[in-house]
Amino acid sequence: MDLLEARRHQVRRQGEDAAPIACDKHSVAGSVSQRACVFCGSRVVLYPIADALHLVHGPIGCAAYTWDIRGALSSGPQLHRNSFSTDLREMDVIYGGEKKLEAALLELIDAHQPSAAFVYSTCIVGVIGDDVAAICNKVAKARGIPVLPVHSEGFKGTKKHGYRAACEAVYKLVGTGDTSGIGPHSINILGDFNLAGETWIIRDYYKRMGIDVVACITGDARVDDIRRAHGAKLNLVQCSGSMTALGQMMERDHGIPQKRVSYFGIEDMSAALYDAAKFFADDPTILERAEALVREEVAAIYPQLRQFRARLEGRKAAIYVGGAFKAFSLVRALKLLGMETSVVGSQTGGPEDYEQLRAISDPGTIIVDDSNPLELAQFCLEKDVDLFIGGVKERPIAYKLGIAFCDHNHERKEPLAGFVGMLNFAREVDRSVNSPVWKFVPRRRGVRGAEVEA
Amino acid sequence: MNAAVPAPVAPDDEPVFHHAVSTRNACKLCTPLGACLAFRGIEGCLPFLHGSQGCSTYIRRYLISHFREPMDIAASNFSESSAVFGGKSNFEAGIRNVVKGYQPKVIGVATTCLSETIGEDMKLLFREYREQHWEDGHPAMVHVSTPSYSGTHVDGFRNAVRAVTETLAVRGAQTGRLNLFPDMVSAADLRYLKEVLADFGLAASVVPDYSETMDGPSWAEYEKLSSGGTTLDELRAAGSARVSITFGRTQAGRPSAGAWLETACEVPHRVIGMPIGIRESDVFFDLLAAAAGAAVPERHAKERGRLVDALVDGHKYLSGRRAVVYGEEDLVIGLASFLCEIGVEPAVCASGGRSGALTRTLREAVPELPASTTIASGVDFTDIADAAAAARPDLLIGHSKGYRLARALGVPLVRVGFPIHDRVGGQRLLQLGYRGAQQLFDTLVNTLMAHKQESSDVGYSYL
Repeated sequence: MDLLEARRHQVRRQGEDAAPIACDKHSVAGSVSQRACVFCGSRVVLYPIADALHLVHGPIGCAAYTWDIRGALSSGPQLHRNSFSTDLREMDVIYGGEKKLEAALLELIDAHQPSAAFVYSTCIVGVIGDDVAAICNKVAKARGIPVLPVHSEGFKGTKKHGYRAACEAVYKLVGTGDTSGIGPHSINILGDFNLAGETWIIRDYYKRMGIDVVACITGDARVDDIRRAHGAKLNLVQCSGSMTALGQMMERDHGIPQKRVSYFGIEDMSAALYDAAKFFADDPTILERAEALVREEVAAIYPQLRQFRARLEGRKAAIYVGGAFKAFSLVRALKLLGMETSVVGSQTGGPEDYEQLRAISDPGTIIVDDSNPLELAQFCLEKDVDLFIGGVKERPIAYKLGIAFCDHNHERKEPLAGFVGMLNFAREVDRSVNSPVWKFVPRRRGVRGAEVEA
Repeated sequence: MNAAVPAPVAPDDEPVFHHAVSTRNACKLCTPLGACLAFRGIEGCLPFLHGSQGCSTYIRRYLISHFREPMDIAASNFSESSAVFGGKSNFEAGIRNVVKGYQPKVIGVATTCLSETIGEDMKLLFREYREQHWEDGHPAMVHVSTPSYSGTHVDGFRNAVRAVTETLAVRGAQTGRLNLFPDMVSAADLRYLKEVLADFGLAASVVPDYSETMDGPSWAEYEKLSSGGTTLDELRAAGSARVSITFGRTQAGRPSAGAWLETACEVPHRVIGMPIGIRESDVFFDLLAAAAGAAVPERHAKERGRLVDALVDGHKYLSGRRAVVYGEEDLVIGLASFLCEIGVEPAVCASGGRSGALTRTLREAVPELPASTTIASGVDFTDIADAAAAARPDLLIGHSKGYRLARALGVPLVRVGFPIHDRVGGQRLLQLGYRGAQQLFDTLVNTLMAHKQESSDVGYSYL
């Protein structure tokens, strides 16, 4: 196909081109990237902190588009599910938004009594030059809660820079709480956002193994948990890079080692439990309990997974997700279902991610960084895939072409993590891939209708 | 907010109901969203945001979740240096890339808050681009200014329609054609309007027309820009039409595509209410009948007849009920007018938009509207919740973002407008004309019947 020249090195075909894939680049102008912006990166990471006030400083759009769209559940307060904005207007842009920001913070803190407040800077705040940090300090003193600026001006980098800005903001809370009572076998879960209650599933596994979870950052998070997170003995960091910076800061300042994990698919989920168990080798019963847990959980889902595999064997998939680390898990999870990954890409993968992706990909697989609808549609048609795994922006590409779809993004409402999540994933893939509707779509008419019907 | 408490008066005479500094759960979206949707109603038009990458992604996601159709929006993807030194190089590279990648007929450029704030001179950028990169067959380029700190998505939509018209309409000797500017309505509404025009035998330019682009059939091959939309020929012909009709009473006396055509091309302009319910639809049909020099076609006359018959059949289920209506100002006016026709009291009429004309226009359009009705513009959902608590409504009527309020109040939500994010078929909700009123009426009655049935101890299956 006709790739934009500037994007040529961000696409590779496994086995045909050995040169490393170009990545970590600013999106090409006019390319209709599937990425969002710095603000988006910060907002998704901090959003699940349920007892904090999240105030978006800027015109209304950025706050409106991020109102209660994610399935990040809270077991208690629901404050995070609101959308608060300074809703800057023309006069604020001309004269500055500091006074409005201060008044908005005071008003909202008084109304909702949050445990902390995050103030997100949007594009124009970076241009009009509001001293957001100064206002935050002033309000923090006046109200006695942490008020944390998030430097998330949309144009100042990519979504990854937003992750870092979020980590820097939340890190100001870490180390400010009392760590007494935290046991020797304790962890923090970093980079899980409790979508559809996934953090609860994972947390329960660790609890059954005898490991205490001090803080989940940020799934179902509370400010006080984050304050004492430095008392944990190990950080388990999920989700490609969103919380890597936080893990590094905690390792540097608090000596807490970190392990990279993924909770998607049987293999990666099991590894995430074993890794933690092996870290706490002083108590061998933890590993024993982990092994028993994995046996029990796998036994519970395996018969059904086999049934799904029988219905999915040989089908081809395209994966395009935000972080590359999730893509690894998905390639493996699809393999378990007998499915082949023909196209795989991510918005924000780094060089090591793509090397690892190539290591697990079959010859001919298209690997792509920071793709766009035209490329993705072409790749799907070229590889004649049966399934697309992505987010809301990818869904119409798949559906318009008559391709089954699985939503694996932040907006999903079904838990896909953990062992039970693998079963949900298989069920969702099966329900879509094996739906009878495809036999009516133009691309499949008369070609594979009978097969799909079977 | 209690309706009995007199609200302070703003300079434009419109009462102020939003007293908070912050906006809490907005009942509006930003201007570029409206512009992008309007641009997708022009054939072969690719929306292009001059500014940050994130705006296009958020707006795409928001529109996709409603229409469930591909919605590509390009962006010039500002970096830090673009914000400091200007976005010229990003603009030019971006336009050239979309010309190559999409082969559009039109590129609709909207400037976001970022490029507006740094003061991008778009006239200059356009001129320099033309001087250096223009080739035969290059897509037409339209610019609309959409700083999100000014106005709402409706303003972005209208300004984009106006920009497209100003750029592409050609003044000429008057033809028999009509221009119809239907405002931000559903894809089903647009299809219905085109059907009505065709039944009257009227040739018309409907601007914009995303009835196909945002609600089209399944594809065999990927369409870079989904087919359909107001054609360039139709836009050119708009400058020689016999009359322009604009929906939306608050648009009267304001800059609009129709107003511009009147001034620049001497096309007479009529602003009428959004044709929701019987009276406002009658105005529209009468206007078309006059333009066509013919009576209302039989099938539409029959649809009106069936509608009246249905109102009689179902009136007791609705009579005396109280509703909270929210959404775009002109949609709210249309809905309130219909509700008053069927005996439902619009106890709260609220909008996140603030034209300054909601109260006056609503009172003019719906003279029987009770004095006690709370009319609130420029409000957020916290304000609406306050007003709703005082109004003790039986139901809410509006888009999906009111669901949490409906749930908290324990009353049903009848979904109308944009966005519909928690049901399928938002793009196919018909609300205009006699047929739309019929659907809306049936939905209203059935919703209240179902609510009563479900909250009944007996559970009758015969109601």
